Parts: sequence; structure tokens; C-alpha cells
Amino acid sequence: MTTLNSRVPEGPIKDKWTLYKDHIDLVNPANKRNIDIIVVGTGLAGGSAAATLAELGYNVKAFAYQDSPRRAHSIAAQGGINAAKNYMGDGDSNYRLFYDTVKGGDYRSREANVHRLAEVSGAIIDQCVAQGVPFARDYGGLLDNRSFGGVLVSRTFYAKGQTGQQLLLGCYSAMNRQIARGKIEMFNRHEMLDVVKIDGKARGIIARDLITGEIERHSAHAVVIATGGYGNVYFLSTNAMGSNATAAWKIHKKGAYFANPCFTQIHPTCIPRSGDYQSKLTLMSESLRNDGRIWVPKKIEDAKAIQQGKLKPTAIAEEDRDYFLERRYPAYGNLVPRDVASRAAKERCDAGHGVNATGEAVYLDFAAAIHRYGSTKAKIQGLHNPSKEEVIKLGEAVIEEKYGNLFQMYEKIIDENPYKTPMMIYPATHYTMGGVWVDYNLMTTVPGLYCIGEANFSDHGANRLGASALMQGLADGYFVLPYTIGDYLADDIRTGKIPTNSPEFDEVEKSVKDQLEFFVNNKGTHSVDYFHKKLGLVMWNKVGMARNEKGLKEAIKEIQDIREDFWKNVKVPGSLNELNPELEKAGRVADFLELGELFAKDALHREESCGGHFREEHVTEDGEAKRDDVNFAYVAAWEYTGKPSEAILHKEQLEFKDIELKTRSYK
Amino acid sequence: MNLTLKIWRQKGPQDKGQMVEYKVTDISEHMSFLEMMDVLNEQLVAKDEVPIAFDHDCREGICGMCSLHINGEPHGPDRGITTCQLHMRTFKDGDTIYIEPWRAKAFPVIKDLIVDRMAFERIQQAGGYISVNTSGNTQDANAIPISKLNADLSMDAAACIGCGACVASCKNSSAMLFVSAKVSQFALLPQGKIEAADRVRNMVKQMDEEGFGNCTNTGACEVECPKGISLENIARMNREYLKASII
Repeated sequence: MTTLNSRVPEGPIKDKWTLYKDHIDLVNPANKRNIDIIVVGTGLAGGSAAATLAELGYNVKAFAYQDSPRRAHSIAAQGGINAAKNYMGDGDSNYRLFYDTVKGGDYRSREANVHRLAEVSGAIIDQCVAQGVPFARDYGGLLDNRSFGGVLVSRTFYAKGQTGQQLLLGCYSAMNRQIARGKIEMFNRHEMLDVVKIDGKARGIIARDLITGEIERHSAHAVVIATGGYGNVYFLSTNAMGSNATAAWKIHKKGAYFANPCFTQIHPTCIPRSGDYQSKLTLMSESLRNDGRIWVPKKIEDAKAIQQGKLKPTAIAEEDRDYFLERRYPAYGNLVPRDVASRAAKERCDAGHGVNATGEAVYLDFAAAIHRYGSTKAKIQGLHNPSKEEVIKLGEAVIEEKYGNLFQMYEKIIDENPYKTPMMIYPATHYTMGGVWVDYNLMTTVPGLYCIGEANFSDHGANRLGASALMQGLADGYFVLPYTIGDYLADDIRTGKIPTNSPEFDEVEKSVKDQLEFFVNNKGTHSVDYFHKKLGLVMWNKVGMARNEKGLKEAIKEIQDIREDFWKNVKVPGSLNELNPELEKAGRVADFLELGELFAKDALHREESCGGHFREEHVTEDGEAKRDDVNFAYVAAWEYTGKPSEAILHKEQLEFKDIELKTRSYK
Repeated sequence: MNLTLKIWRQKGPQDKGQMVEYKVTDISEHMSFLEMMDVLNEQLVAKDEVPIAFDHDCREGICGMCSLHINGEPHGPDRGITTCQLHMRTFKDGDTIYIEPWRAKAFPVIKDLIVDRMAFERIQQAGGYISVNTSGNTQDANAIPISKLNADLSMDAAACIGCGACVASCKNSSAMLFVSAKVSQFALLPQGKIEAADRVRNMVKQMDEEGFGNCTNTGACEVECPKGISLENIARMNREYLKASII
């Protein structure tokens, strides 16, 4: 068993990153021209890393499965990006952002990484503004902020409801500048299918050209994985259809430890599912919880009548509504962190108070906000004794300005006007805090193999706060990796080009080709989606929002059975040497079928409730999550040994020197 | 509801391609259009036929990947949405629906309903950026105030998702709306002004080289744009271009 060395530098937490940067090895500009780096995935993390590494002078090869880096799923992030700028003067600071993130993560993240994240957060905003990202501004021309869950300040910068899109387009434009200069060679519609190690170091990848089906060898001095999370293990999630864990899982099988897979975020405000044909779930931004109030009918008979379509929510009197988040968590109210809000909604629905036909939805109501904004607006406009209708009209205009695109999206999907009838929402899988284990340098347990963004495990502990994913992706790519990777590559300046005709490349390419050939020749009985949906159902029912020992043990067995069935009976039409979406999906689902089992195994071993991981055996008397810091204040990093069931656990003990470990309370 | 689908099938760029008829039954009105396509593809896989290839990814109207020409309109009959946001309640039982790829010389078909939009990439690479390194060593984000009006107009232009519906809807296959959206986003911001002349010249040059047609102000692009990008951007780009040509 190797010991896990997190390589956190010495010194006080405030100085670690500065001291680290002062003492690392650098690569001189002339030598950078002789070094190649592969970046897989071009979302916020991969895109920003590719652009920055190319600007520094390295030769970058970047890979995306979409037809353009601009389409990576970072683009779908709506609400905003956190930064400790304290422009609002409401008491924010690097320390506060650090503290909020560690506390929000239920004390399961590495202090030094999170502090570094907070330190570089401000530069992200400066950078993006310089790149032409059109953030929202106030009438004085300065940047506007709003508030997100789990914090007591307004530190979230936003660009309408399309913040992820605008940040991604910013980093896409930085990439384009380098593509035009030939410093980034861009491989669109390519998928990495495995990593190649030479003498223990990551030296290249095997990729498939998704248009021609050609299998390609690419070599480099270092490989960076930035392929996002594994939320699609649930089949239904807010991830894009193509989001997958293949790159992360393949490197796990080649020696990179996989950490805390059971820490997965179920987002409270998604549009509820409507039928079995459903292909994905749609998120409604957390920013809506700034103004929306969440409730269910107090009386169970009202809930029943609503479920049967006999009663309208607007007909339920104020005193018959249960604003359960405001009731349970008066201090944070509707803006409690995501894990807390999701569980509270599930608890009410399980108790029979849910509000759509399936009983799996709660209301998100804007009537109070419309009234409040309308009254203010009327005062500003000097209207005396405005009618109720006038107030509502003014209020709706304010809401439209703030959340117009979200309301429109909701109406298109549900076919109801959310200005007039409360929105229906229900939790859905959204983000994975777990991922490939990395040290302070963002390097995995394989030398020369890095993992950044959502794909790694590092900064969010057991629960991620809203608007922190964009922050982490860009921090890793723009400001952290470009330093840490240089320290490693300083030893590679004399290596020269890595040839791709070595036995190591031969071997990996053969195994990749063998698997692809198996799929098209298997001629089984069921489509790839058939297996994916079965896996998703097991994951949601037994490894979802609430977990227990019995369910997890069943899940492990059931996933093993589905996997066995998959390898016997999967059917992939079409051939190898063409654009073949079914073949692409087959490889991804094969990996989810292994990852899902490790996920359940990790959830079974973690005998505590913390963040997104809720074990029914571990609750306080009032039903809150009960953490066990004595036994579980560690990162569980799993080593692959041939089967997920036989993965070996390595522990990285977490030390809290700058933040006191205490019960997370939002009451 | 039960529907007849007439779908463009084309094996590869060199194949001639043709419309093929399919039937789907028991389609729920709450399904999205692409979920209806999923149902059809599941049927085809069950019958050992090759499923229909179409581009899609986020399925929430923001990635710009989906690109179907439905009953003669990019992204179908509804307004202000992408194909993945189109719901079957827009159609009636017994309808015949025609599904084709984007049609433009600059967007060659790769397979079935998937087209090659690399022309858009090359236009962006020609100048769709502000030349600032990502070192983070810039000035403070609030150092230059930007009027709310210009910031909002810039955001409206930046909302373009690069799907190509503007080109597909235009009888000239013009890419003016797409290019002008990027040109406008930067032209409206102080940070973008420094390179404004070079940017518009280079992007327009690349646009012309890619084989897109000219703009004749029919306005079809604005109507079909899922993000409501305004024709005013084209006017702004023309002004920028003129300005860049005189100096």
C-alpha cells in the first residue's frame, strides 16, 4: 500500500500558495516549446488550462467530444460564480469564502486547496472582465452581485441566467486565439478511450475520431484530464447527454485513485420528471431561491387533491401552506445549502405532501416576491394607492428582468405560466464532488497525469455550494495547474518528443480496439440505453438521496448483475469505421456500470451522514445528518485492483487547523 | 399521438442521401422532440437497423449542438427555442413531420442530420477574442465602469449559442447574424474597442472565404434565432466594418 501524500506545502495557510509559487521549478520559455501537453475535455477547467498552457508556450493538444469547445456542459451553468471581492462591503473576505466552502462541504475537503481557491477567486473576475465577459452591472456601471445558498454575503457574479455560457465563451475565445496561432491543436469530435503510461508516467492517450472511427495515438509529456463529473451514472441527471466518466474511469483503472465517489450532489430545484421516456432533467438555477419561497400544502388532503388535479395551488390559503425550509431553518430559510434543501423536500414528499401527479414535487412560489418588488417599484414611480393588478404587473416585470429566461424555459417544458402558478420543482442529480484523487499539485497518483475541475475530488468536500463549480474550474485551469504542472515538467526539458510506436502504445491501442470490436460484433438483444436506464434506477432508488446498509448491499449485487447481462447481451448496431453514437454510448455505459458499483461500495463503507451522503442509520433526533468526525474525517481514495468490489481503500486524513470542526447548522 | 416522419438519411459526406419514411406511435405530448427521436431510434435498434444520427447534448437549449430543420424551419415551428426545447404538444395526432439537416454550402453533411460547422470555428479563430493573456494580472474588474445599457446590449449579443439556425434559415445562407453577434459583443465593451477594426475585418474576411452568402436583410435569421439575437447587430457590424475600412 502506497501512502497518500497530499503534498500540501508547509507554512501558515494564508502563505502556503505564495510560498509554494516562490519556490517551484520553472521551465524557461525556449524549453516550453519542446514540451507537449494533452488536455482532455474543454469545459471551463480544460479550456482555461489549454489556453493558459498554450500562452505560456507549451504545445497543447486539446480534445472534445462535441464539435466545438464552446459546447462543453459548463455552458449550462446558470446562476453565477463566487469571488471574494467584497464589492458589496458586506463583510466578505478570502477567509469567509474559504470558511463557507469548507463548512458547506461538511468538513470533508482539504483546507489548503480550498484556501488557495478563495485566494485566486478575485483574479478570475478580473480576468473574465478583461476577456469581455458581459457580467451584470448596476446603473453606476459597476459589477452586480447576488446571494447563493449556504452563505451570508452576496459574492456571486452573474451574466443573466447564462453565467456558465459567458465564462465558457470567454475561455473559448482565449483558446481560439491560441488555436489561430497554432499553439493549441484542437481535436473536436474526438473521445479519449485510454491513457498510455511509459515507465510509470502518463505519456499519451488513445483517442477515437468520432466521425471516421479511426483510432489515434497521441503522445505528450503530461496528460490533463478535465472531463467533468459522473452524474450520468444515474441515467437521469442535469448533465448533458454525452457527459461521461470514461476518461476518469480509464485512468482509475491505470492507477489513479478514485476518491469519495459517494459524495454526489442532488440539486433541489430541478423540473420534476414527467414520464418513462424522459432523457434528462432540467435545472432551475439556485438563484431562484433568492426570491422564491418553497412550500407544500400543510394538510395532506390538500396535497392529495392537488395530485389528482382537483385543486389549484393558488386556492390554498396562506395559513394552510407549509414553508418547510423557513420553518426548519429560520436563519438561512430558503437559501440553505443544496443537500439540506433536497433532503427536506424529499422528506415532505415521502410524508405524502408532494404536489404533482407523481407526488414528487414541491412548490417554488414567486407571489410574495412579485408583490414586494411591485410595491417598491410603485413607490419609485410615485404611484399612490396602486391597484393590486398594477403592483403585480410591476412586480412581474422585475422578476422577468431577473429570471426571464428561466421562467421561459420552465413554461416551455411544463406548459404552465410560472408568473401566475407556482413552479413545481424536485431534486435531481447535478454534480459530483467525488472524483479522481489529486494532491495539492492537482496531480493524480500517476506521475504526469493531472485531473482538474469537476473530474477531481478536491475542493467541495461532501457538498458543493452554489456558484462554486465555475470558480473551481477556472481557478484550476487559469491559475493553479499552469504553475504546478511546470514544476513537474521542469524535469522533462531534455526528454524530447515521445514516440508513439512503442510497445506501450501498441498494447493500449489493442485493448481499446478489442473492446470496440466486441461491441459491434456482440449482436445482443438489448440496446445500450436499456442497461443504462436499469443502472440509473438502482442508483436513484438505493444510492440516491437517502441510503442504508441493506439497500446499498442490494445495489452492489444488482449492479454486478446488470453488468454481467450487459457484457452478454448488449446490442450495438452499425460499424466501427463511421460515426456511430450507439458505439460511443456503449463504452461510456460499460464504465458507468463499474463506477456505480464503487460508488455504492464507498457509500456502504462511509458509516456517517455528511453533505450529499445521507445514511439513514446516522441521523440526529430531529432528522438532521449526523457526521462522525472521529472515524470518518478522511478522504476515501480507492485503488483499482481488477474489480470494483476488490478496490483497496487508502485514507487521506483531513486536518483542520484553521477551521474548527463543528456541527454544520443552518438553523 | 401517432406520427409519420420523413427523415433525411445520408450515410456520409459523399453519399447522395434521401428522405426515408418512418412511423411512430403512442407519442406523449409532454415529450420533447428529441425524446421522440430517441423512441424512434430505440425501435430501429430493436429491428437491427442503424439509428438516425443527430447532434444533441445539453438538451436544455444552451449548448447549440442540436440542429434539426423541422417542417422547413430551423428548430421547428415554435419561437425562441432550440430543437431540444421543442415539445410534441406543438404537433397534432396524424401529422407528417419533415426532418432535415441544416442546408448550407458551408455546412456539409457528415451523416444523416449531422452537419460540419467548422466554418464557425474558423471565423471565431480569425478574431473572435480580446487579446489578453489569462495570467490574471489585469486590472481590477471594477476599474472601468461600463454603462448598464451597453453591458446589457453586449450580453444580448453574447447570448448566441452558435447553432447555425441563422444560416439555415437564410435563403442566401448568410452567417451575418452569427458573426455580427460576436463583433457586437466586443464592440460594445471598452475592453473590445482596441482591436475592433482588425477583428471585424478578419472575421468578415474569413466568413466570406467559408462560402457563406451575403445579407439581403430578409430578417429570417432573427425570426428563427433561438436566442433572439437582433438584426441591429448586423447593422452595428456594418458600421464597424465601414469604420474599419476608412481608417
